[in-house]
This record gives sequence, structure tokens and C-alpha cells, in this order.
Amino acid sequence: MSDTNPVLTMTAISKFFPGVRALDGVDLRLFPGEVHALMGENGAGKSTLIKVLTGVYGHDSGSITLGGETVSFSGPMQATEAGVSTVYQEVNLCPNLSVAENIFIGRQPRRLGAVRWRDMRRRASAVLARLNPDLDVGELLGNQSLAVQQMVAIARAVDVRARVLILDEPTSSLDTDEVKQLMRIMRQLRDEGIAIVFVTHFLDQVYEIADRITVLRNGRLVGEYPTAELPQLALVEKMIGKDLDALERLDEQAGRDLAAVETGTPVVEATGLGRSGSVEPFSLTIHRGEVVGMAGLLGSGRTEAARLFFGADRADHGRLAVDGRPVTIRGPVAAIEHDIAFCSENRRTEGLVGELSVRENIILALQAARGWLRPVPRRRQDELVRRYIDALSIRPADPEMPVRNLSGGNQQKVVLARWLITEPRLLILDEPTRGIDVGAKAEIQRLVVQLSDGGMAVLFISAELEEVLRLSHKVAVMRDRQLVTELANDDDLDADRVMRVIAGGAEQKDGTRQ
Amino acid sequence: MSGWRTRLPAVTGHRLFWPVVVLVLLVAANAIYRPSFLTVEIKNGHLYGSLVDIVRLSAPLILVALGMTLVIATGGIDLSVGSVVAVSGAVACLHISRQPDQNSLGGVLVALAMAFGVSLLLGLWNGTLVAVIGIQPIIATLILMVAGRGLAQLITSGQIITINSDPYRMIGVGHVLTLPFAIVLALAVTLLVAVLTRRTALGMIVEAVGGNAEASRLAGIRARRITLLAYVVSAACAAVAGFMMTANVSSADGNAAGLWVELDAILAVVIGGTSLAGGRFYLGGTIVGALLIQTLTTSVYAMNIDPQTALLFKAMVVIAVCLVQAPAFRAKFRRRRATTGGPTAPTGEQRKEQVAA
Repeated sequence: MSDTNPVLTMTAISKFFPGVRALDGVDLRLFPGEVHALMGENGAGKSTLIKVLTGVYGHDSGSITLGGETVSFSGPMQATEAGVSTVYQEVNLCPNLSVAENIFIGRQPRRLGAVRWRDMRRRASAVLARLNPDLDVGELLGNQSLAVQQMVAIARAVDVRARVLILDEPTSSLDTDEVKQLMRIMRQLRDEGIAIVFVTHFLDQVYEIADRITVLRNGRLVGEYPTAELPQLALVEKMIGKDLDALERLDEQAGRDLAAVETGTPVVEATGLGRSGSVEPFSLTIHRGEVVGMAGLLGSGRTEAARLFFGADRADHGRLAVDGRPVTIRGPVAAIEHDIAFCSENRRTEGLVGELSVRENIILALQAARGWLRPVPRRRQDELVRRYIDALSIRPADPEMPVRNLSGGNQQKVVLARWLITEPRLLILDEPTRGIDVGAKAEIQRLVVQLSDGGMAVLFISAELEEVLRLSHKVAVMRDRQLVTELANDDDLDADRVMRVIAGGAEQKDGTRQ
Repeated sequence: MSGWRTRLPAVTGHRLFWPVVVLVLLVAANAIYRPSFLTVEIKNGHLYGSLVDIVRLSAPLILVALGMTLVIATGGIDLSVGSVVAVSGAVACLHISRQPDQNSLGGVLVALAMAFGVSLLLGLWNGTLVAVIGIQPIIATLILMVAGRGLAQLITSGQIITINSDPYRMIGVGHVLTLPFAIVLALAVTLLVAVLTRRTALGMIVEAVGGNAEASRLAGIRARRITLLAYVVSAACAAVAGFMMTANVSSADGNAAGLWVELDAILAVVIGGTSLAGGRFYLGGTIVGALLIQTLTTSVYAMNIDPQTALLFKAMVVIAVCLVQAPAFRAKFRRRRATTGGPTAPTGEQRKEQVAA
């Protein structure tokens, strides 16, 4: 394929947002008839790159050529017309319309302003015949499975003389059979000469279908590689990178002695805990004063597993015991009664009430536990809030400031403060340091060590291996919605070894590959 | 540089600035049209005057709007309050009309209790549809908005029930300590709701649920119960408004009682600065809003504006108030006027948030 000319090239693309350099001189080349995987961890710049390509965002420097001509799309519509179509992770079609209407929405065949329904149905059938012959185009889209909906989205995308098809995490909500179907369609379209950009977190799928891989990290291009020449481990290494940040090293060995903390009854013990379609059954114990790290790529089931402990989602398999006694956790209220606290990775949507003040956000969980009839006395509120603003150095130190005006790091500290005043025995932290500056990051890491030294059990989830290794007594590794192994954080454990497990290397019992 | 120049934006920027300005303007216009408008006097130990009348007539709207404020704060809406007004009035009047002695205080109290109980059930019905079954609030309460009228008709057998009960009349037109009883009652309920929401944690929890339901759930708030409670309080407030309205005319008309009051109530809430999207709510603002709407209605009649165009006039004032209050509209206006200085509207922080989203 390298003997032909690329259908699309992006050269030295940079994109700035206020205070953030989202893309820094990134290149991307797409050849006709290839599947090209775009890889990178959260915040690497994949979505920004795609949005620049399809004209959702403008770019600050660099150039894009399509079929040899320089282009700059003003929006997705124009990009689609030029032959660059995108199918997003959440199928954004209208479930209340028919399949045919969805394929032609916004560009229905018309005569004198009236839609030519029969024509539309005929053409929709023709388009779909390429992908899935036995679908009735008159059916409501909402009645179809997710995979079929995805197919309809693809049909819509490729109908318009597509030369480039971008699939943004198309498989994340599909089951194994549906993924196979999608792969078949991708191969077919590739053989027809379309260049496919495949964004996914599932490494196995990349190695099954991609011809080449472009890796981004922190808005920069790491490199472009033929899949055959990039082993899985090397790919993970390039995605995660070596964490060379300036964080001061915390005293790793002193407090991180697994044998010393794994004594007595665990605070929380999960046995075969799982939820269909979300995370496979797993077992895990967390003791008093223990920090359990959870590592794995995005979408590997880290968050899903953590949510089961808190009842944010209900487990449909397995058992949970607190202090050795079996408990049923139907929801967050029950979890909080058992002194479990959960800081979600989505601060804005699942953590804070942006409109309310710092003070109100901090006392929310405590107040909820007391019930509305027993308000926390104002003086006690002020005292608690003041204490935690000082202890966590939340800035600005104004308890009455609406919390949405705070920076990401300070918002994270507010969520932490909310749970710390409830004095939990198990604190679940899902990506507590993501998207916050280095200073705040170090403070939060120090806090985790402090809390666990004080006897709190902590489940610490992070995509950054250095961070996990620095804080944890043991590391639970997730891959493809399974807890694949638990590693004691002894002297031998280093980022390389964890990475190898994440990538599915030596320490994995084989058999999970499709 | 300090002084009024810096303090002025703080005053004009207050969410109640424009509603209060319009309210004052309306009163001034009335006073010019009819100078006696401002006169307040004490006759036979009772307070009389046009201003007092306006407040007295606002009382039912204030009550309905208070309940509506809580519902809207949870991110919902209650279209059924007009029907609840009709049902509660009908139940109370029917029971009184069947009494051998309509003036018996005991009988009236039983009637009130029955009507109040029925209304609470209606609120529970709304709350269940919204919070437990998960129907969109506008649809869920539309059901009772329509069905409630039928229910009221059923209770009154399609007739207008007329009663002759002094204790009941008292609720609408009586006086306590020189003040009209309706005003005292509205004040008392306002105080009750204020204490219920602001002296307990209910207000903050309602605002949390309305502001971010999922975050509230994950903080351990039983969001469903809170939402349900808001609809029950709304129905309770509407019930008391129903007593007032029917006592005012000593009759219960299942068709006309409380007709369209839900719309006035929603307007009052919005004028008062509570967002229809839910979250922060302002009881004081709601009361200013209700007073504004009643003053407007009274002015239209007092100034002999053609009844056929009265609604149009009212609508125009309401639109003007809402526009002038809207930050987007004000920003546009300010940009056109001021080219120098002035605070820049969106901060870098907000933009960053959007990027992160």
C-alpha cells in the first residue's frame, strides 16, 4: 500500500485551547484501503485530532491535504461531502425514525420540496445490501441491536462517496459477536479502497484488523508503525510512556509493606463480584491501611469494578463482605452506611453540583447521611469546611464560591473533602489525579499515603503506572473487563512488568485472545 | 472610583432588580392614573386600600408559586396545581354544604382536613409518576391537570356548589388584627416553607438534586424521595390556595377555580430568578414575581384596558421582564452600548471547562 499516494495527510497539526496545547505538531497519513489505528491514552489528543480533521475545530498551524489538494473543512457536513465521514462512539442517530430515514436524514431525495419516500427506501436498501442484506429499512432504528445501529451509522457515512471513514470507539458497547460483524464490515470497506481510521482501547482488536498504528501521547506524535513491526508491549509502552515527571518520590518502601497490612479481616472483600456486560466476576480484598492500586488501559473495566463496591451500579454476580460480614449494597446510600466512599472519575458530571458553593459541596454527603431533617449546624459546617480547605489547600479559600469556578485540581480536592468528612473506612479514588496540575497531583498522592497510614483502606485507580506503583501495596491489573492478576508491590515490581501484564504478555494465563 | 459607580452594577445586576423596577413602575402608573391608588386607611379596624387588595388577591398565587418553586428547583414542573385548587375547593365546599349547620367551626375544619388530605394524595400521585415511574414531569402532571378538572366536576356533580359558611368565608375575606386573613395565611405558609427549606437541609438537597441528580445520588442523597416530596408540598400549597379562592366567592366551580393559575405560578417563579433547568431557587423572588403578576392583572382592570387586549398587554410586560433579566440578552445589549472597559463576560476558566468537556 505504500507504493500508492496517501489519500489524506495531516502535517504538523497544532491546536491550542486557552492554557492548553491539545495538539503539538501531529502528523497523520492515511492510505486508500487500509485500517489505521489511532492509539493513545485519555487526553492524548485523539479526539481533538479527529475533530480538527472533520472541521469541528479549526487548527492553529499545519495543513491537511485530501487527494492531493489542501483542504480545511468548516464543519462535519462539509467534511462528509468531501468524503471524510465519522461514526462516533455513541451512535448519534434518531432511534425514533426508520432505518431508511436515518441513512438519509438531512439529505432526503426530494421533488418539489416533498420527500420521495419510495426512492429513499429503495436507495437505503441498496446501500445496506452491501453491509447487511436482511435488514428491513422501514423498521424503527430503535428496535435494532446496537451493532445494527452502528452498521446503519456506517452505511450513512459511506453512502456519500466516502474516501475516509473514521470510527471513534465503535466497539466499546458491542459484545463479541457484534464486534466480529463490525470487523467483517470494516474489512469489506477496506477492500473497496476506503481508508479507515480506527480509534479503540481494545488492543486485541487493533492487532486483529489494523494495518498501521499511529500513537499519540500528551498531544504529541509518538510515531507511526506498521502493526506487524510493533509488538503489543511496545505499543503499550509508547502509549503510556515513562513517567518522568518532576514529582518528588514518596517514600515507596517504608509504608508499602504488603505483609504488614494484609492481616486480620479485610475491610472489604469481593468474591466473584461482577455485572453482566460491564465487568466479569472478580475477587479482591482490601485491608485496613492498605492501598490497592488498579491498573489497566481505559475501558478495561477499572471504573466498572470500582462502581460495584459503592453500589453506583448494582452487581448481579458474587458477594461483598464488610468486616467479614456479608452485605447487600443496593445503592450509594447503603455503601455509605458501611463507610465506603467513592470519588468518581467524572468530577463534573458525577461528582460536583457546579452551581452550589464549595461549602455545600463539601458537606453534601455528610448531610445526605444525616437526612434533611437534621441539618449540620452552620457553625459545624463552617468549621469542617474551613479545616478541609486548609488541610487540602483548596484555592481560592472561599467557602461560598460556586464550585464550578474552581480549577480541576481544586474541584478534585472538594470531592475528596466531601468524603473525608464522612470518615470512610474504604475510600475509592477513580483517577483522582487526571487533568490536574503537578502540584495538586503531588498533594493528593501525599494525602493517600497519609490516610492509609492512618488506617484507611484505599482503592486507587489510575492510568499512570508510576503513580499506582508509588502508592499501592498491591496492584490489581484489569484487561478487557477482567481482573487478570494481582501483583504484590515488592522490590521486583516495576512499570515494565505491569505493562507486560496489561498488554497480555507472559504473566497472563492464555486463552482470552480471540 | 469607589462609591456609586462600583456599587451600581451590584444593584442593577441583582436578579430581583428588574422585577422590582417594573413593579414600582406599575404602581406609579396606577397612582398617576388614579391618585387614590396609594391610599391605605383603617376602616372599622380593618386595613383597606388598593395596595392591600393587590396583596390579598396575590395570596393564592403566592401559595401556588411557592410549591411550584420547589418543584422547578428539582428540575421538574407541576402543571396540575390549577386542578388541585379546583379539587380541594370542591371537596371542602361539598362537605360544608352537607353540614346541617354550615357555620359550625368543627365542620369546616373537618372539611379542610379532608380536602387537604385528598390534595396530598394528588401530590403523591404526581410525585410517584415523576420520581418512581420516571415519566417526564410535564407529561406526568399534565395527566392530573386534565383529569383533575374531571375529578372536581365529579365531586360537584357538574354543579357549582354554593355555601353559606362564615368560618369558611373568613379564609378568603376575613380579617385578623386589621390584616386580611388571606395575607396572614400566605405569610404563614411562606414562613413555613422558608423554615422547611432553609432551616433544615431540604433546600440545599433540593438544589443539589436539581443541579446534578447523578452527583447527588452518588453522594448518598435519596433523590427520588426528595423529588416526590416536592410534588407533595406543591399540591399542599395548591390546596390552601383552593380554600382561599373558593372562600372568596363562597362557591366551588370545578371548571373555573384555579384555571390557568399554573401558568401564572410558573411565570412568578421564573421572574423570581429560579431557573427552569432546576438548581438554585429563590422563595423571595417568587413572591416578588407573584406580586408583580397580580399587580399587572389588577392594573389592567383598574385602567380600563379593553379586556380583549388585556392578556396581550400582560404578556408583553412579562416578556419584557424576562428578556431584561436574561443574562444573554443583557450581554448583547451591553456589548452594543459599551465598547470600552466593562468586565469581559466569559472567563478563561469557563472556556477551559468547556474544552475539558
